[in-house]
Amino acid sequence: MKTAHPFSLPRRRFVQGLALGATGLGLGLTPAQLLARQGHTGAPTLTGDTFHLTLGGADVNITGKTRPATTINGIVPGPTLRWREGDTVTLKVTNLLPETSSIHWHGLLLPFEMDGVPGLSFDGIKPGETFTYRFPVKQSGTYWYHSHSGFQEQTGLYGSIIIDPKTPEPHAVDRDQVIVLSDWSDEDPKHIFATLKKLSHYYNFNERTVFDTLRDFRHKGVIQTLKDRHMWNTMRMSDRDLSDVTGYTYTYLMNGQSPNGNWTCQFNPGERIRLRFINASAMTFFDIRIPGLDMTVIEMDGQPVKPVPFHEVRLGVAETLDVIVEPKADQAYTLFAQSIDRSGFARGTLTPNPSMSAPVPDMDPPPLLGHTEMGMSAMQHSDNHEGMDHGQMNHGQMNHDMAGMEHSDHGNAVPFAVDPNNPDLPPRDNATDHADSEYGPGVDMRAMAPGEMLADPGIGLRDRDWKVLTYADMETAGGPPDSLHPDREIVLHLTGNMSRYMWSFNGIPFADAVPLELYHNERVRITLVNDTMMTHPIHLHGLWSDLEVGDGKLLRKHTVTVKPGEKLSYLVRADTLGRWAYHCHLLYHMDAGMFREVRVVKAQVDGDHSHHGAHGEDA
Amino acid sequence: MMKTPTFLLSALTAMIVATPAWSMSEHPPRFSKVLVDQLELRDSDEGTVLGWDASAWYGGDLNKLYLSTEGERLMDPEHSDEDAGTESAQTRLAWSHAFAPYWDWQLGWRRDWQPDDPNRDWASLGIQGLAPYWFEVDGQLFLGEDGLSELRLEAEYELMLTQRLALVPEVEASFYGKDDDELGIGDGLVAIESGLRLRYEIRRELAPYIGVHWEKQYGDTADRTRAAGGDPEEASLVAGIYFWF
Repeated sequence: MKTAHPFSLPRRRFVQGLALGATGLGLGLTPAQLLARQGHTGAPTLTGDTFHLTLGGADVNITGKTRPATTINGIVPGPTLRWREGDTVTLKVTNLLPETSSIHWHGLLLPFEMDGVPGLSFDGIKPGETFTYRFPVKQSGTYWYHSHSGFQEQTGLYGSIIIDPKTPEPHAVDRDQVIVLSDWSDEDPKHIFATLKKLSHYYNFNERTVFDTLRDFRHKGVIQTLKDRHMWNTMRMSDRDLSDVTGYTYTYLMNGQSPNGNWTCQFNPGERIRLRFINASAMTFFDIRIPGLDMTVIEMDGQPVKPVPFHEVRLGVAETLDVIVEPKADQAYTLFAQSIDRSGFARGTLTPNPSMSAPVPDMDPPPLLGHTEMGMSAMQHSDNHEGMDHGQMNHGQMNHDMAGMEHSDHGNAVPFAVDPNNPDLPPRDNATDHADSEYGPGVDMRAMAPGEMLADPGIGLRDRDWKVLTYADMETAGGPPDSLHPDREIVLHLTGNMSRYMWSFNGIPFADAVPLELYHNERVRITLVNDTMMTHPIHLHGLWSDLEVGDGKLLRKHTVTVKPGEKLSYLVRADTLGRWAYHCHLLYHMDAGMFREVRVVKAQVDGDHSHHGAHGEDA
Repeated sequence: MMKTPTFLLSALTAMIVATPAWSMSEHPPRFSKVLVDQLELRDSDEGTVLGWDASAWYGGDLNKLYLSTEGERLMDPEHSDEDAGTESAQTRLAWSHAFAPYWDWQLGWRRDWQPDDPNRDWASLGIQGLAPYWFEVDGQLFLGEDGLSELRLEAEYELMLTQRLALVPEVEASFYGKDDDELGIGDGLVAIESGLRLRYEIRRELAPYIGVHWEKQYGDTADRTRAAGGDPEEASLVAGIYFWF
């Protein structure tokens, strides 16, 4: 397998890509001047409690081609908004685009009318209109904001949010830096989506060839190779299918800079630096590391966690991670973020001197999907492929081997949610049972034995000889922020048909789904089972997702990445009434139907649903 | 990309539906694809022949309007007694419905056109999809006038040699349920066509290719062709272009 070298990548991705954004180009500043002017942030920081944001269009040149982008205040990424916990912020957002737009404040707790999802929170911001968002800031940490309309997020409508805590910041630092990772394409995102519908593997240029099979014959023997291939071939699945949209069309950006733009942050050796990573990309999981430098995580998704040192982390789309680094040496370090499928990377430099840079590591060879990703469970590496369920409706063949582990972290069993009006919620004996709606043209596979994989670093990161941070390593600081005991449990399976490019929950795309109803103030466990071979970052708006990481620990998050073949659970306190979006944060998966409305409604006092939460005093 | 009438229809639908859908999809997702699988010159005994095999669809994930066409046109006759012109063309219009992850059934109508002989109309019922081991399969049953029936089975495979170079074998067999005397076709196995094409994808959607095309008639059909002074078997070199949009 060839190891891709950065400079063997198509040249067009390495030309240009300097100052991004109309302002920088317009003023004719050099990148260094631009950085100086913007105080290293790449985007200006706006502070206070009243903000004016203008959504518009501008031509940008990332790859050597001038292409239209959507911008916030004329730049990509948009300005960093710095708020104070306890303030009430007012954001006047003017839409100068020719189409309806919106801004969603990702991870923020707010009244649902302020959440910025057209069709759920409000009607969107029509061309020429100004919408005023106003809400109290009830949390602190690193967040971000982005358009929730069309594919505007892909073309540049995103920016970062930093909220300073009311109480003194527990982690004093000398330097505080936002690092926004994103993916840029010169293609119109509508064209990308249509292309995926026409030929779903269009962007994959790491497909299996006949020579790979011949190599396998040599290494594994003909019989073993044919056996291994049999499973994939009968399922019509590719073990090379890591990303739908790849570096073939994407240029990966760090704070708006392409790899050869080399976004740079200057530091003084010995400083304590806080890096706030935000994955603002449309479709890309990034594996982030800084060769030669240890990182210590202090916050994830804006929420403080007990510090854990590590070397590399896979950051899901829409997740944020705050780390501390303390570079002592007078040398430069490369911030390296390669895409999960190794088709490209974003890169920047931490350096004491702008003239110094560090070597850029080679990308790893692209990993191959395996049994784990097929939902055959990480613990079941047998050659028995009979357990796979592909096509045949073998409801009876369910694997109950995991039943003993089902509630190992959960204490007592919780009743599964029953709602006769919602086909999503048939009564189930076991979370790994598949709903009838999963048997249809929109679902190409179902995991037979999904496993608990929180401690699994994920495909391509399992053989590292350095520490890869996983969810299992983390725990919200100060202990569980809410009850460990849910009132009921909702099971949702992440489903799709890769070749038709259909994506859904429980086999039901958004267009055909009824909203999930939660009762005000109840504590619900949501269990997700990933029945696909892709990793999905699942984002619930407006309510925290308290991930059960084991041993009675919770990790408070707004976006939870679910690996192929994984089953995980999180607890949700339905403490804010309203209509919330719940979806896969891979932009094209969301648009293809992996989206649900979650409605938090007043509990029925004398109905079947008398089991609202213990904290439901105002229910 | 969205055509105006469709857009208007979508807007109308959106107005009728009480709850506004989340705006990520302001219109029902409809897409279209035109695939010219083969557009090639064949070096045949009668002269240079232009052969084509193309399809198109329009619709959503589960229901599509499907159109396909295939045929041959003599471009440059070897013998002066033959005229250049279309020798045969078949067009099929069908409703295509996804019933399983990899399979669609199709219900439609087919029209055959040939220069001197009667045209034929058929009702068609078939399935199309991706079989295990990645074989693209198409099986159609046609029911025509005067009790004519045809079963046609096709399979194609893409063997990737590199990320852009693919070897594409295909085979197609045709069976008739009853003689078609006017067209000189006997019942049973009528003909097998096969091809092997080596295609280079300049882009995923544009690939020139070269290859061989082979056709052989069987049984009664072959006898009738022989009796009319024709050759029931023919092999030709081909060069063409594959593209889609």
